[in-house]
Amino acid sequence: MIELENVAYSYGGAELLSDITLKLQPGSFHFLTGPSGAGKTTLLKLCYGALIPTAGFVHLFGQDVRAMGRDDIALARRRIGVVHQDCQFLNHLSVAENIALPLTVSDRDAAAEQDNLRELTEWVGLTARADALPPELSGGERQRAALARAVIMSPDAILADEPTGNVDWDMSQRLMRLLVELNRMGKTIMIATHDLALIRAAKPHVQARVLRISNRRLQLAGADL
Amino acid sequence: MKPRLSDLRTLMKGDSQADRVVPPTGFTASLTLFAAAAMAFLAVFALALSLATSRLADRWGEELARSSTLRISAPEGQMAAQTEAALRVLETTPGVASARALSDDEQRALLEPWFGPDLPVESLPIPRLIEVIEEGAGYDAAGLRLRLSAEAPGAVLDDHTRWRAPLVRAASRLRMLGWVSLGLIAATVAAMITLAAGAALAANAQVIGVLRLVGARDRYIARAFVRRFTLRALTGAAVGTLLGCVAIALLPSAEVGGGFLTGLGFRGWGWLWPPLIPPLAALVAFLATRAAARRTLGEMS
Repeated sequence: MIELENVAYSYGGAELLSDITLKLQPGSFHFLTGPSGAGKTTLLKLCYGALIPTAGFVHLFGQDVRAMGRDDIALARRRIGVVHQDCQFLNHLSVAENIALPLTVSDRDAAAEQDNLRELTEWVGLTARADALPPELSGGERQRAALARAVIMSPDAILADEPTGNVDWDMSQRLMRLLVELNRMGKTIMIATHDLALIRAAKPHVQARVLRISNRRLQLAGADL
Repeated sequence: MKPRLSDLRTLMKGDSQADRVVPPTGFTASLTLFAAAAMAFLAVFALALSLATSRLADRWGEELARSSTLRISAPEGQMAAQTEAALRVLETTPGVASARALSDDEQRALLEPWFGPDLPVESLPIPRLIEVIEEGAGYDAAGLRLRLSAEAPGAVLDDHTRWRAPLVRAASRLRMLGWVSLGLIAATVAAMITLAAGAALAANAQVIGVLRLVGARDRYIARAFVRRFTLRALTGAAVGTLLGCVAIALLPSAEVGGGFLTGLGFRGWGWLWPPLIPPLAALVAFLATRAAARRTLGEMS
């Protein structure tokens, strides 16, 4: 689904990531960890086509990203839900419209999916805030709205970059439960986080693999957690 | 973003959802409207200038070229004979459709503005004028002069070239300047719309980033901007064109008895030109915004 093969990336200077090989299988659950600045965000960006590797190959759904045009990348993003730590919204549109945005921009009739939208809004607990504008939301509400937006297209994979970075422990547990639930529905999940407690708390609920970026390379971490 | 026609069609049809994804912008919107209106207003005048000088050049070039004047100055006794002789020569000259000596009344009418109505033309040594109308490619002026000098030595041929040529040249140049002005106005509109669209795209970088993240294609994002600026240019240009036309219509007429002066305005079919300005402005805005959007989006991930 998403495959990285001997990937390296540098922002013009020394390589930030080297020789990374990773295969996200359908239905798998990955944590991506490492100190800040290690390249977690960069690795995620490589996974959704926001960055092109400086060496090696990235395949999204069987297509080489170097051979993909901008429209191909856009189409691939409809199958990959992305949640950022500081999630951005269209601030002049309501929460409900923001959640439905992926439908709108893919020329699907958002009105026809009202039931879907309502269900999803309820699932993330934002029904009461559906008509609010994004700047009026709290950090946790923003994260949940971003998660709802990321899954409304029923994507194959969900990539979350520090989704719990701005929220308290209870809220982060709630978000994790939502992500675990999505994984049980068959979605591929990858969560970048530097919060080891979060990983430990999630471990009993899901069969997760923990990847660590260390010294520019990706390692499988496990027992030491 | 290749299929241009389908883009235009979706543009006309409109997409309220796509329009809404870009936040409304107050200030640049009114600036774009104003600039489009001002440029359209100027375009109306440039157009009027071009059409008027075009008419002028045609009139001077065509009508006057078809006629020339033969002036016969001869002593009293020979006037009639020389006129006869000159007319005979003219009748046998290829390229001359007709030649006619002006009557005393006509000559008096010509002189009236200068000497008053009671001029005794008969008693004055006024040269006789013969109006020559050409046909086809015209006559050979040098050959005609040569023959006239033999048959009617008092005849002087004036084919108007001397004073007509610089006027026609000036009118043509003026017409060209008018068209150049129109071209410059169109280019200025394109430049301003490009700047405004660039500013709008830059101001909405965050919006574009969000749209890209959720899988919007460039065409979708560009459409929202392109449609907005095209409609603004169309509206602004329509207002400007209307005001320009009103101003032209209210101009005092400069027409002097069908003379050489022609008013700066539109005649008959000429009024069909100004309504073309708003759609053309919209087309310019459409292409300029699309190019700006394509460039800006290409630089984003």
